[in-house]
Amino acid sequence: MSTPRLCTAALLLLCLGSAWAAGPGLGRVPSAEELAELDLSIAPDGRGLPPGSGDVAQGLALYQARCEACHGAGGQGKPADRLSGGLGSLASDKPVKTVNSYWPYATTLFDYIRRAMPLNAPRSLTDSEVYSLCAYLLALDGILAADARLDAASLAAVRMPNRDGFIDRSQER
Amino acid sequence: MGLQAGALAAGLGGAPAQAASGFPWQQVPGAPVRLTGEPSPFAPPLRRTLLQGYGAIAPGTGSSWTPLEQLRGTITPAYLHFERHHNGVPAIDPAHFNLVIHGLVNRPLAFDLETLHRYPMVTRQGFIECAGNSLPNSFPEPQAKPCGLIHGLISCSEWTGVPLGLLLEEAGVQAGAQWMLAEGADAASMSRSIPLYPRGDDMLLALYQNGEPLRPEQGYPWRLFLPGYEGNMNVKWLRRLKLSAGPTHTRDETSRYTDLLRDGRAEQFTFVMGVKSVITRPSGGMRLAARGFYELSGLAWSGSGRIACVEVSADGGASWTEAALQSPAQDRSFTLFSIPWHWDGSPARLQSRATDEQGNTQPTRAQWTQRYAPGQRYHYNAIQTWALDAGGNLSNVYA
Repeated sequence: MSTPRLCTAALLLLCLGSAWAAGPGLGRVPSAEELAELDLSIAPDGRGLPPGSGDVAQGLALYQARCEACHGAGGQGKPADRLSGGLGSLASDKPVKTVNSYWPYATTLFDYIRRAMPLNAPRSLTDSEVYSLCAYLLALDGILAADARLDAASLAAVRMPNRDGFIDRSQER
Repeated sequence: MGLQAGALAAGLGGAPAQAASGFPWQQVPGAPVRLTGEPSPFAPPLRRTLLQGYGAIAPGTGSSWTPLEQLRGTITPAYLHFERHHNGVPAIDPAHFNLVIHGLVNRPLAFDLETLHRYPMVTRQGFIECAGNSLPNSFPEPQAKPCGLIHGLISCSEWTGVPLGLLLEEAGVQAGAQWMLAEGADAASMSRSIPLYPRGDDMLLALYQNGEPLRPEQGYPWRLFLPGYEGNMNVKWLRRLKLSAGPTHTRDETSRYTDLLRDGRAEQFTFVMGVKSVITRPSGGMRLAARGFYELSGLAWSGSGRIACVEVSADGGASWTEAALQSPAQDRSFTLFSIPWHWDGSPARLQSRATDEQGNTQPTRAQWTQRYAPGQRYHYNAIQTWALDAGGNLSNVYA
């Protein structure tokens, strides 16, 4: 299948003429600037990661100022999610799901922090600040070295410990 | 009121005031017509219950639960539809808002509210259920909660909107596009990856709920409606759809809404909500005042299709009797069931067990918990047990 199948109403219209007659065809073509401004998402292979960079030390300072009140010292959690630790615990009687033990891609960390964190001021961090926070959090469990610096290329190259831990159920009916 | 009634009666023929008959409200004109309706002040007020996990730090991050046990029917009033927000409800002025379709398409397109109203629309009934619905029953000990605070992260509405296929077709989905990223315009920029197959036919850009424009907390001016898929994917305040070859692996489809198994692996993209049912009357927290006749009634639904059968047990699952399905069972929608029952005053354990047209049947709680890792909270669809004691009191228990 190369295009989505259409609903019955659309199919009826399709039978009457070309595909473009299926609807009124009133969509406006957005400008390239408009598209670039709204497209913040990051693919798991790193496509979409912006310029900029940040290191673990910068990330620690920023974490203490902007994140620690909710996520605890060293990403240990409370009241919000625990972010670090738990590696190797997933098959145990007390699985601990954190960024570092559970998340399959580091790109998700960048994507989520940039568009949603902190809760009281989303989209307030610069891209370099987000890189530094990612570096700090990943270094907490040795996924990165303690003096690591992250940018688009090095973040995309990070391999998370639970990368192969997921079973895709998307095609179930 | 008596004076007015007396004056009226006198005016109509001089009969004494005490001769007026009927209820007091039959003796005076009623309230005038008004612009919008309100519930009767004599009816018990209907309210959702709020859970705000982060308290004052993030009051917009939480949920409100539909009081299922106080409602009857297959449609949830819009003002009681459950809510689950990830950083509050945005106040979107559609004069400054677009839906953009881009990525692997022949031509990126933007649509505003005025434009969308010129597109053909369809209407269908269906439930939206949070993947975390019923999670209180995943806890090790049964929670003393009413039905709506266990199972109330589901509601069912009539949704009207533009078939998403029309808009995708206009943009021209390119070969190789298998997924789309749906992003909301809330302060969480809530984002989910949605496969174009196998359910692309069903996807709706909903603009109306139960006949009225969506309310802000349901996504005004528009949201996705994906029948049978977990609630979180029905992205509200939809800002854009980006067509792509693969999923984006956003936070809400990796960290959240995935299902950790006993062996440490996790199921991901478990979109289809499982078959489920619950007896809403009587249910936890209620009390049967006397022995005798009761109608046991409740709701059943499945993300896989129509409900085929609901069985009811009064002895904790030792024996089952098929209940009547009260409405024509609609696809991926609430189906009402009921069965007459005589309570003899002895303790009982009330259960319901639904089966859908695909042959999926609700598991027991033991079966469900065996499958998943400790602490698994999402996609709980095991059989609910209400214990009835000799005093007539009902409570949530594990069978």
